[in-house]
Amino acid sequence: MAVKRSRGASIAIGSLGWIIALWIFFPLFWMFLTGFKSEVDAIATPPHLFFRPTLVSYAEVFERANYWHFALNTVLISVGATFVAILLSIPAAYAMAFLPGKRTKGTLLWMLSTRMLPPVGVLVPIYLIARDTHLLDTVVGLAIVDMLTNLPITVWMLYTFFREVPLPILEAGRMDGANRWQEITVVLLPLAVPGIASTALLSMILCWNEAFWSLNLTSSQAAPLTAFIASFSSPEGLFFGKLSAASTLAVAPILIFGWFSQKQLVRGLTFGAVK
Amino acid sequence: MATVELKNIRKTYISEEIIKGVSLTIEDGEFVVFVGPSGCGKSTLLRMIAGLEDITDGDLLIDGRRVNDVGPADRGLAMVFQSYALYPHMNVYQNMEFALKLAKMPEAERRGKIEAVAKTLQLEPYLKHKPGQLSGGQRQRVAIGRAIVRNPKVFLFDEPLSNLDAALRGQMRVELATLHRRLEATTIYVTHDQIEAMTMADKIVVLQKGIIEQVGSPLELYHHPRNLFVARFIGAPPMNLLQAHVIAADEQGTRVKLVTGQSVTVAVEPRADLVGTSVTLGIRPEHVRLGTSDVNPGQGVVLLAEHLGALTHLHVRISDGHDIIIQTEGGDALTADAPVAFSFPPEHCHLFDQNGVAMPRKARRSLAA
Repeated sequence: MAVKRSRGASIAIGSLGWIIALWIFFPLFWMFLTGFKSEVDAIATPPHLFFRPTLVSYAEVFERANYWHFALNTVLISVGATFVAILLSIPAAYAMAFLPGKRTKGTLLWMLSTRMLPPVGVLVPIYLIARDTHLLDTVVGLAIVDMLTNLPITVWMLYTFFREVPLPILEAGRMDGANRWQEITVVLLPLAVPGIASTALLSMILCWNEAFWSLNLTSSQAAPLTAFIASFSSPEGLFFGKLSAASTLAVAPILIFGWFSQKQLVRGLTFGAVK
Repeated sequence: MATVELKNIRKTYISEEIIKGVSLTIEDGEFVVFVGPSGCGKSTLLRMIAGLEDITDGDLLIDGRRVNDVGPADRGLAMVFQSYALYPHMNVYQNMEFALKLAKMPEAERRGKIEAVAKTLQLEPYLKHKPGQLSGGQRQRVAIGRAIVRNPKVFLFDEPLSNLDAALRGQMRVELATLHRRLEATTIYVTHDQIEAMTMADKIVVLQKGIIEQVGSPLELYHHPRNLFVARFIGAPPMNLLQAHVIAADEQGTRVKLVTGQSVTVAVEPRADLVGTSVTLGIRPEHVRLGTSDVNPGQGVVLLAEHLGALTHLHVRISDGHDIIIQTEGGDALTADAPVAFSFPPEHCHLFDQNGVAMPRKARRSLAA
């Protein structure tokens, strides 16, 4: 889809893109910088653009909390929740994409609408269920909740990816003797790998960044990195240096992960928009 | 190889009946073409035979066995799709191997079969290629190869040539017809292209709005269309159709008067009750005779002369709002605005009654003529 634009328009659109990108990137950049400042530099107004970088904040963060414990929890929760979400979404999306019934559209919309509900609306029941099933402050418990909250998105995304797979290819598989299981595993899934990858990637990112349920359903045993950041924000007033260092440590892995997989992610999120 | 029998097959989607009771027998080794305009139900019918669509009502028999409730793979059929539907993530060899692997055929046997088929289809150099690296014609051949290796009872083709350009289509048509003669396999072929139907079929099934309009050999349909729909659909350029009314019916045939004032006596079974009613006279472009004549002479003006080389199609206005096409030799020097004299040889005229049904001829023409 090549649209011809004048030189002026290209520059204008390019500049706008840069402005938005910088706008989004600046807080991250500032956080990264602040992590290397002393607490005095960190709260200075006007902010010091030039300062002596120090690793004091990082040292204190590592001293005070077991970063690796939180990080491991986050990895376990994100990977676990994503794995199960994808596993459940594949058959659901298959059924909706290839065997639609009268209520398929409605079901899809209903699923999406659950994402519009403010999570706090179901906090009490979920908390009580987690308590009664002894899943409070467990990796499994938080992974289940994260998985369920992401399920509408993963089903939707896989549904759109599956819809892009030409039906005759699956029918050819049926004619060739593939049963339902083989049709999905041998014909459909290999064709949908890019879609599944970007869905999994998005789910990972959402789980990694999820804070509401992490803070409410975990305390120490299963606390992930979002809880780790939060623990630096409240107890002793605002120590921006340490807070920034902790935040940087928390977001760095997913940021690097996202950087390496951005091609996949962009392709996934714009898939279907351009043939 | 196999026979296929359709007994009053029906298909209903939600509340709309798409196939309205189709009965048909396809003999062993026959090449049958389903032809009709888009939306006539020909593809649905094929997909029902394939097992990709449920049959709402009626019986489908393959080799005498009712297969309505048998899955597509167990009916012993192979299908070639319009879009080829090759597995994009598998190479040519794996595409052809897939069905054999699922059928748990031993490796050595699979290899032998695939290599033999690849040889006949000239696919040997491409066995390691993915479908994306092949041209349209090569993909088509892989799709056919994938069907052949399975050694099916019946081949199903769903508009297989419609994605190819004209030159390749002509070439593949010949290849398919040759292949059919060699394999002698029962084949059901769906197309909207009447040239494909005419050139390849042993038997053509003309469908419209979910019902069969006529079944017959290509020449049977060409020379003896059972109704106006078939008359219009088969033949290119199409049959000339002119309004007329019956002025007499006796043992010589039925005498009609055309809008041009010409009167023609057509050798169809006379029906006195039709005298005074309006009918349609049909005559194929190649049967209109140019030049002056004693029998029903007419006059017209050439609107357009299409010189195709071997043939010329003259579009001729014969009276206000009535145009016909006359096919003549390629050497014909007539050009636009030239006056022409023509006549309709009665032995080549067809008559269709008010309902569009062909009036039966007194003597059928030999089809070879």
